[in-house]
Amino acid sequence: MAYLETLPRRLVTVYLPLSIFLIVLLFPFVWMGVTTFKPNDELYNLSEHSPFWIKHPTLANINKLLFDTDYTDWLINTMIVSVVATFLSIFASVLAAYAITRLRFRGAQTVGLLIFLAYLVPPSILFIPLATIVVELGLYDTIWALVLTYPTFLIPFCTWLMMGYFKSIPYELEECALIDGASRIQILARITLPLAIPGLISAFIFAFTLSWNEFIYALTFVSSSENKTVPVGVLTQLVEGDVYHWGSLMAGALFGSLPVAIMYSFFVEHYVSSLTGAVKE
Amino acid sequence: MATLVHPIAVAPGQRILRWLDDRNVLSFLFMLPAAGLLLMFLTYPLGLGVWLGFTDTRIGGPGIFIEFENYVSLAGDGVFWLSVFNTFLYTLIATVAKFALGLWLAILLNHNMPFKALIRAIVLLPYIVPTVLSALAFWWIYDAQFSIISYILERMGLITQYIDFLGVPSHARASLIVANVWRGIPFVAICLLAGLQTISPSLYEAAALDGASHWQRFRHVTAPLLMPILAVVLTFSVLFTFTDFQLVYAITRGGPVNSTHLMATLAFQRAIPGGRLGEGAAIATAMIPFLVAATALSYFGLQRRKWQHGEKDD
Repeated sequence: MAYLETLPRRLVTVYLPLSIFLIVLLFPFVWMGVTTFKPNDELYNLSEHSPFWIKHPTLANINKLLFDTDYTDWLINTMIVSVVATFLSIFASVLAAYAITRLRFRGAQTVGLLIFLAYLVPPSILFIPLATIVVELGLYDTIWALVLTYPTFLIPFCTWLMMGYFKSIPYELEECALIDGASRIQILARITLPLAIPGLISAFIFAFTLSWNEFIYALTFVSSSENKTVPVGVLTQLVEGDVYHWGSLMAGALFGSLPVAIMYSFFVEHYVSSLTGAVKE
Repeated sequence: MATLVHPIAVAPGQRILRWLDDRNVLSFLFMLPAAGLLLMFLTYPLGLGVWLGFTDTRIGGPGIFIEFENYVSLAGDGVFWLSVFNTFLYTLIATVAKFALGLWLAILLNHNMPFKALIRAIVLLPYIVPTVLSALAFWWIYDAQFSIISYILERMGLITQYIDFLGVPSHARASLIVANVWRGIPFVAICLLAGLQTISPSLYEAAALDGASHWQRFRHVTAPLLMPILAVVLTFSVLFTFTDFQLVYAITRGGPVNSTHLMATLAFQRAIPGGRLGEGAAIATAMIPFLVAATALSYFGLQRRKWQHGEKDD
């Protein structure tokens, strides 16, 4: 119907509100960026310096972040935890999703439903008992506690996503291969998985961003600064008493956000289509 | 004659392959990693959490079974009831705002315009970026002395004194809700946009030919066809808002004076820094009935095919 509308009307009803939405949604990131490069005397003197300009951009905040804190440790930890937990979860999820949708064992439907329900169990009711389990396994204050517990929310999500993908691949392809004498494992490795690569990419990005985002487990199961992840480290280690070093805090937030933002921007179409696909399922 | 039929020799390797081709054996093996991890780190802790809620376990020592003592003491605990009130208020207002604004944004994005793909990609950013990190940006934006919002409002002559966003209970609650809505809008908008795009333009053209106004087209074409996806997104949104922890912990940690605690943050507060694992577990367990109700409601709602097809309830 858009072609029936006049330009001035469109400006007011579409472009104006849309611009306001975009400005509001992006502003906190812009603000992180501005604060990161601003020297303290400009930051804390609003009467003499406009908050929107940086007269003398500085790298001091970033310097402090990289060399006076454990920030690089946190980045490395978050990277290791996210990658390992993601691969572990995708491995388990692909096998489970294949068994549920293709091998159709007895009770497969029930298992599918249970996995969906598992996705609805929030970490904020699991973290207390999980903390006691982590302590008993001797994993407290190690990043392995996170690698092993993140699959609790990654596996249900990835399995659900992969089930949708497997269902979209015609079963006839596999039947032909079965008749030709291929084993189930050969079929999975040579036929189904190559066709499911878009699904695997989506599962990877989702699982990676979810792990990078995770907060409550990382806050509860790890206590030493050098074992923390970026979100927890920035929040708990960079705030010293009543003095907030806003420049470094915002630098930490900005650089902690970049890896997921960059990864997301490469696969944005994948991301959006599987996000909406998963909801429509 | 029978001697002509020799049993085909099967190499041990092939025997394993054959055995693996048995559907049930293979299914069992395939389910093992996922089921193992979920049983160990999800089902078992879920049960353990409920059990801990009935004990007086503290950090560093085993507890004993104390029946409903935790729940009895919570029933008389003003801070607990405040957290329940906050949780419901937070969920209700944030969800309504997220859906109203998200739907509006989805409708705006559904128009044809230049740089459509880029704009959609930008819109999702708040949803991608770690919540705690964007919460820190909000914390800075809400700063009592250097808040950019206060600065702008003062320059515009709308206020004379900087607003204490996080120091007053009602301001702090509103500030948290705004941050939550900001983070939630993109998810709602993108999912509803996907729903909008499945609606055929010919329906709108037909409605326009019949003389339907903008509002009538929305009310009788868009709304009913969007209902199924709306229901799913709503369920997720309510569940995640109700159990939210990150935003509150990052921005107010439940303050000022416990006034912004949600059930999740209070459970953390009592269990981890407070050391009373049993009491924390009881608070977390108290969230379960609501979660079950919300899930069951949407599950049965979606089972109703008629409703899913956009018709009204009988």
